[in-house]
Amino acid sequence: MIAAFAFYLFAIIVVLSGAMTIAARNPVHSVLWLILAFFNAAGLFLTLGAEFIAMLLVIVYVGAVAVLFLFVVMMLDVDFAELRAGVAKYWPFATVLAIVLLAEIGGAILAWTNGGLVPVRAAPVAKAVPNIEALGAVLYTRYLYIFEGAGLVLLVAMVGAIVLTHRRRGDVKPQNISAQVRRRPEDAVVNMDPGVGQGVSL
Amino acid sequence: MIGLGHYLAVGAVLFVLGVFGIFLNRKNIIVILMAIELILLSVNINLVAFSSFLGDMVGQVFAMFVLTVAAGEAAIGLAILVIFFRARGTIAVDDINQMKG
Repeated sequence: MIAAFAFYLFAIIVVLSGAMTIAARNPVHSVLWLILAFFNAAGLFLTLGAEFIAMLLVIVYVGAVAVLFLFVVMMLDVDFAELRAGVAKYWPFATVLAIVLLAEIGGAILAWTNGGLVPVRAAPVAKAVPNIEALGAVLYTRYLYIFEGAGLVLLVAMVGAIVLTHRRRGDVKPQNISAQVRRRPEDAVVNMDPGVGQGVSL
Repeated sequence: MIGLGHYLAVGAVLFVLGVFGIFLNRKNIIVILMAIELILLSVNINLVAFSSFLGDMVGQVFAMFVLTVAAGEAAIGLAILVIFFRARGTIAVDDINQMKG
């Protein structure tokens, strides 16, 4: 009873906030609806017993990705009303496409339910082991190389984002640290012995 | 009782919403990126639901990898968006063809 209530609560809110994400006029509102969708998807994962993925969703998605979206939306000075102009033109085609796609996926689910698929378990879950422990036991043994590859993907993404957005500005004089460190007293200090009545020429 | 089909239905609706959002906001690349996040979220719901109901851990491992790739994709996509905005002063994507050979 409680499980069914929790499922329907999370499912309804995640679908509604997903719809509001794509329907909101203001992209800032879109991002906030997206955050709500992520929170409720994390709730769905909790009802499935996948605590680690749920927490990952809250920390990584809400804490990092959604905030990144929020930063970009707020920092770019974009005329969003002009970008909404095409919606009236696009929505009939988009609706037809969405209905066809939904029918196809529904048919696939029905076919799967009636087909009697026999699952082959690659890594069966032991009942007594907590979710995080079970995930770690699989992740750090069988999927170790793929895990390292995922870390590499994140590294490449980070370096790529920095290289893409970094720009060298021409109108400022930045500090040249190596030139400062290389400078020696004999380069900087000059002993002069000017004659009486003569100035120093630099 | 809540079964696997319920979760698959939620995933299907979210996926369709994401595709619908891409076609609806064809000009606004920020909303397109958010719709892609919705699609990846629905895929994650499917993976975790199957993992839970079949008693197999691999689904959750793959959900984690999908999350990783989605985070990288969002970072790179927003970086490209920022430099595009710097160069053009707009983010309307329906006429991005300046890189055409």
